[in-house]
Amino acid sequence: MSNVRVLVGTRKGAFILTSDEKREQWDVSGPHFGGWEIYHLKGSAVNPNRIYVSQSSGWFGQLLQRSDDGGQTWEPVSNDFAYQGNPGTHQWYDGTQHPWEFNRVWHLEPSPTDPETIYAGVEDAALFRSGDGGQSWQELPGLRSVKGNLWQPGAGGMCLHTIILDPNNPNRIFVAISAAGAFRTDDGGETWQSINRGLKSDFELPDPDADVGHCVHNIAMHPSQPDVLFMQKHWDVMRTDNAGEEWQEVSGNLPTDFGFPIAVHAHEPETIYVVPIKSDSEHYPPEGKLRVYRSRTGGNEWEALTNGLPQSNCYVNILRDAMAVDTLDSCGIYFGTTDGHVYASFDSGDTWSPIISNLPRVMSVEVQVVP
Amino acid sequence: MTVRIVLPAHLRTLTGVKGKVFLEVEEPITQRSVLDALEATYPMLRGTIRDRATLKRRPFIRFFVCGEDWSHASPDDPLPEAVTTGAEPFMIVGAMAGG
Repeated sequence: MSNVRVLVGTRKGAFILTSDEKREQWDVSGPHFGGWEIYHLKGSAVNPNRIYVSQSSGWFGQLLQRSDDGGQTWEPVSNDFAYQGNPGTHQWYDGTQHPWEFNRVWHLEPSPTDPETIYAGVEDAALFRSGDGGQSWQELPGLRSVKGNLWQPGAGGMCLHTIILDPNNPNRIFVAISAAGAFRTDDGGETWQSINRGLKSDFELPDPDADVGHCVHNIAMHPSQPDVLFMQKHWDVMRTDNAGEEWQEVSGNLPTDFGFPIAVHAHEPETIYVVPIKSDSEHYPPEGKLRVYRSRTGGNEWEALTNGLPQSNCYVNILRDAMAVDTLDSCGIYFGTTDGHVYASFDSGDTWSPIISNLPRVMSVEVQVVP
Repeated sequence: MTVRIVLPAHLRTLTGVKGKVFLEVEEPITQRSVLDALEATYPMLRGTIRDRATLKRRPFIRFFVCGEDWSHASPDDPLPEAVTTGAEPFMIVGAMAGG
């Protein structure tokens, strides 16, 4: 029988929830790294007991931790994220140019084939790769050459928050950067192109054909359809069927198309999930009702999933990395809230219940199925 | 010279140190030589007290010595004799940064 491990990063530490396949009883360990901000932790698909953690603090900066025993013990690995060469400048809030400065690691993406290879998305936006399990990091600087001087930070910082590794093509990687957009490499990270055609950001970018500057919040892919990507943009839910060459809006009948996370069902590549948020200036669910929306048609036609979720006076947010799915036969969907709940559904979203409450603000949720 | 160093709680957890750190430091005893020796012994501290590249003190870190704040002193200024004799610790402190 497999176990399910839910990795929860919070504002004040990491928590690991473990259950058997029934997902009825959850053992909780943590806080790991209590008092530190855990933007993300994620396990290797090749070696599930290897887990990487981004641990940061306003006082002590960025640390990276690694476990090789499923989170029982940890060892610090390298936190040396040095931009390659002179990183130059990017646009600042006042329109001037500002030096590129490393701030923190937002997202860690272990290779699906090699437990020693892992990618890190950082602020100020850049992509780093380690081929030795995090003991050293090298930047892939070609990304910043895609008009990096025009990128500028959004309210959350100029962060590279999404990394998607094509399961069929090791040379293809997709990344997304807040207030810069989505980018793709087809040569293993040497050269990159922006993939933002079709994105409309009328309230943020006056140029309808702007190549960069789109505020992408999150992207998701089903491994069986690596050319199909689903995007939650600042406003708008989008999809592409050609690896980002062109995007179409699929917001359809959503009550609002602003939001942060987006996820794809583990076994139904056209079933997707979003959590609509009222607006860019009011980061909570419309009408105080926490509703996950599901589309079984790859977008446009959405249904509200409310059973078990608070339907009055709920004013939480769900951050971009705080939604994940498991791969059990009856797919589990999980998301964490800024008020410290992690909700789960084990019937594709029809019914929900909290699997833990009263944690600090949830920054990230990842799920592993461990043999 | 044996220098006593007091770490803030989070960095004691990170290093696994219980209580104070005692380190042999080559003279001259300065902030720089103390921190160089500390990071050489505990490499996981690199970047947590000083910026990895510039070696500048992180904004919310303070250095207290003999009841005085040495945070803004030059990293190459000699530290007081009480530190070099081990009578007083070199204190690394997480600054108040609440609100």
